[in-house]
Amino acid sequence: MSGAAPRTAAADHADPPPVPHRTGTPRAVALVHAAAGALACLALGHTLWHGLTDPGIALAFGALIAVGELARWGAGPPARGGAGALPGDRESAPLGVAGALAYALLGEVAGRPTSHGVLQTVAVVVAAGLIGLVPHVALGRGPALDHIARRVLTVGFAATCFQPLYNTGRLAAWIGDGTYYTCYLLGILVLTALCDAVLAAALARARTGWPYGPLLRDELRSLLGIGSAICASGLVIALATAVAGLWALPVFCLPLLLTQFSFRRYAAVRATYRQTIASLARATEIAGYTPPGHARRVAVLSRAVGRELGLGEADLNVLEYAALMHDIGQLSLVDPVTGGATAGLPSAEQRRIALLGGAVVRQTGVPAEVAVIVERQADPFREQPLPARIVRTVNAYDDLAGGDGGPGGTLRALERLRLSTAQDFEPRVVEALARVLSRPLGPA
Amino acid sequence: MRQLPMGAYAYIGCAVLAAVGCAAPAALPAAGTPWPTVALLAVLYAACERMRNCPLTGGRAPAGGAPAHGDGMPPRWGCPVLLAGVFLLPPAAAALVALPGALLSGTAERSPAARRVWHAAELALAAWAAAQVFGAGGSRAVLAPEFPYALLPAAAATTAFCAVLAVLDGGVLVAAERHAPRTAWRGLLLRSLAPHLVHGLAGLMMAVLWRSSYGPAAALLVLLPMYISCWVFAQYHRERAAHQATIRALVQAVDLKDRYTRGHSERVGRASVMIARELGMAEDRLEVLRFAGILHDVGKLGVPTRLLRKDGPLTSEERRVIELHPEYGHEIVRGIGFLGEARAAILHHHERMDGKGYPYGLRGREIPEFARVVAVADAFDAMTSTRSYRRARPVAAAVAELRRSAGAQLDPRMVRALVAALARHGWQPEVVTAGADGPALPPPRRAGVPLRRRPAPAAVPPPGTTALPGTAVTPHPGAAKGER
Repeated sequence: MSGAAPRTAAADHADPPPVPHRTGTPRAVALVHAAAGALACLALGHTLWHGLTDPGIALAFGALIAVGELARWGAGPPARGGAGALPGDRESAPLGVAGALAYALLGEVAGRPTSHGVLQTVAVVVAAGLIGLVPHVALGRGPALDHIARRVLTVGFAATCFQPLYNTGRLAAWIGDGTYYTCYLLGILVLTALCDAVLAAALARARTGWPYGPLLRDELRSLLGIGSAICASGLVIALATAVAGLWALPVFCLPLLLTQFSFRRYAAVRATYRQTIASLARATEIAGYTPPGHARRVAVLSRAVGRELGLGEADLNVLEYAALMHDIGQLSLVDPVTGGATAGLPSAEQRRIALLGGAVVRQTGVPAEVAVIVERQADPFREQPLPARIVRTVNAYDDLAGGDGGPGGTLRALERLRLSTAQDFEPRVVEALARVLSRPLGPA
Repeated sequence: MRQLPMGAYAYIGCAVLAAVGCAAPAALPAAGTPWPTVALLAVLYAACERMRNCPLTGGRAPAGGAPAHGDGMPPRWGCPVLLAGVFLLPPAAAALVALPGALLSGTAERSPAARRVWHAAELALAAWAAAQVFGAGGSRAVLAPEFPYALLPAAAATTAFCAVLAVLDGGVLVAAERHAPRTAWRGLLLRSLAPHLVHGLAGLMMAVLWRSSYGPAAALLVLLPMYISCWVFAQYHRERAAHQATIRALVQAVDLKDRYTRGHSERVGRASVMIARELGMAEDRLEVLRFAGILHDVGKLGVPTRLLRKDGPLTSEERRVIELHPEYGHEIVRGIGFLGEARAAILHHHERMDGKGYPYGLRGREIPEFARVVAVADAFDAMTSTRSYRRARPVAAAVAELRRSAGAQLDPRMVRALVAALARHGWQPEVVTAGADGPALPPPRRAGVPLRRRPAPAAVPPPGTTALPGTAVTPHPGAAKGER
């Protein structure tokens, strides 16, 4: 679901964020792809050999999945800072996933039991997904292989938990078909969602090299958002089809479409908001208070250091906003500080500018935490919250290294920071910064 | 706190009596009311009403008064529960489902008790009417084999539900909020019909599952997507309000530097929209144009503060520096995608029709349309507001001056449009703080924090000017207290 690295506000403005793309495919990713591919081939082969059972039902669900895949979120023009910016929008084809889960958990249609097994479920999901992909590929948008692989594995898992037990009649013998049946399906879905989150985080870790814990936390958090809506819709479609027949499919997709629409609009306004914040941040550069690109560099580097220190996506966003706007207080100075480098000013002056900045930030409607970080960026580190420490350190680094710096500048700047770790900069943050800078392909 | 008018109490009283009349038959022993179902649904609906303030929604109602009404989402996401009740229960019992939830719901607005009673009565009436319509369509059962045929009566019932709500809502707007009867009902039904139909489908789904062997637990799951989408909807409104606040912060950053332009940006935005309305531009372009007007001087951020605050004539060197501001402005907003045409307006709002403007010396129709609009609005507001070097002029004098400049400096078409709009609507120069559109913004800046290093000299207009129209340089609340 979250195949690419999340877009960042800082990156919206100029170059894409320097994410380290390791050469070749990491082993974990290759492993997942191979497993999914093997399962898909097995399923397709088995289904081709034995033929489809209940072809009408398979066709209906296949159509639903294909349509869902067609109406994928990224289907519009790739907007800058588009849908990917939103934590909780990890799923790009909610309708397709809900349809696939519903087919995996489908026991009967209008009261008549079905008998499609695990392999046919996977085969239908794969075939429909591939058909839905064709237009995307034709338009030059590459298939998100990670998504497909994860979809195949999770649907396979859900179907394995349900179909054999149901088809052999054991499930009915154990728990009947009342409320417990619903609870059992719900349990399967929760388990499936958890597995999917673990898998997604592992894939993201393999691709980006970021720490696993925060990635998993973000995935789990996004489950609460659209993830739960997808699971609930999948289950409702399965149950409603069991009661009311295939009519339920088109009718009961509508609430999910509504959810998807809300998410899209939210993502759009969020992207715009980020662009505006980034523009506000650049006002100090245009005004000549800070060197060009300073706010963006500090934001990207702060995000990388924050990730290195294990912050989650929500905290990273707050950190990024604060880093973008950390110099905004200088706008109320009549004359620019030489070179915009506040790191060289007396600390009382630095704090005054920070307070002025906080006052401006409070007007912008960003979360109050951002204003707090901006206000306290010049305090000694023991009195600061962690994000403020990061902003302070990275800001000082950028001032000292003077933009790109080069290898010599980097080392000298880091040395200066290390010398001030008694009071101004936290040693842990400085070391994280050094680690981020030492990566061969730039900050992540 | 304003008291409700007597008419409103009478109106609400009538509605309550009608609702009691509708619901009373449920208590008769002959009615055969399925009390467990009624109780379950009522509890569920009450929970939905309470959930609006639960931690998952961020604990806050969406910023702004009633965004839920404006954008086509009914304010009550528990609506599918009510409609499920309509599909499952006889009319009198369906009317009962909404009562506990509506009576217990928290509301922060004035006269909460009257509001709660009103909502309860309104929902009960709507549910009763909808259940009557659903029952009239044939059998009451939503059973499996009849499922596709249940869609039609369900849609009819939902429409009835929505229509009754719209009629009653319009009435209460007239009675309690003193809306004009002519406009009170406008658009109420159309706006809410589509979301209600979606909710109706969800309600039908709940009813089907409720009756099935899977039981009410499965029906509960239907609510989850609805809840999530309403939650996202609220988030959307929060984020949109925050975005508008950020745009304003950009403008206020300019105000920090150039104290004589305070309020200028907002007014230029307003005048630009007036011109565009007169020209009959599409509504979405109006919105962009408003931002173009608001942000047109944002490039002044790039001009040294000393120059902007300089009293007395500028040297030609200094003037050249100030004339860079359109380009700075364009550079600042370059990355804001949705501004689109507004970016060109910001870059070109100082071009002249005869080609003697800056930065590029475009002439006539080479100048983007938005830039020509903003140029007229800018000139008009500059003349009708007090600046450091002169007082404001009356609107009539400014209009005469605009007419003189039309052709050489300004686009005559835009000038004509502005004059026509002024004749029709007049001109209110006072600063509008919160946007007239969209959700209300967080309160303006705290007065205690000094945003300015130098104490601001009196921002009060010179004596004698206050009576003139256009003296909009109202002292900001923070200006006086912020000084040390």
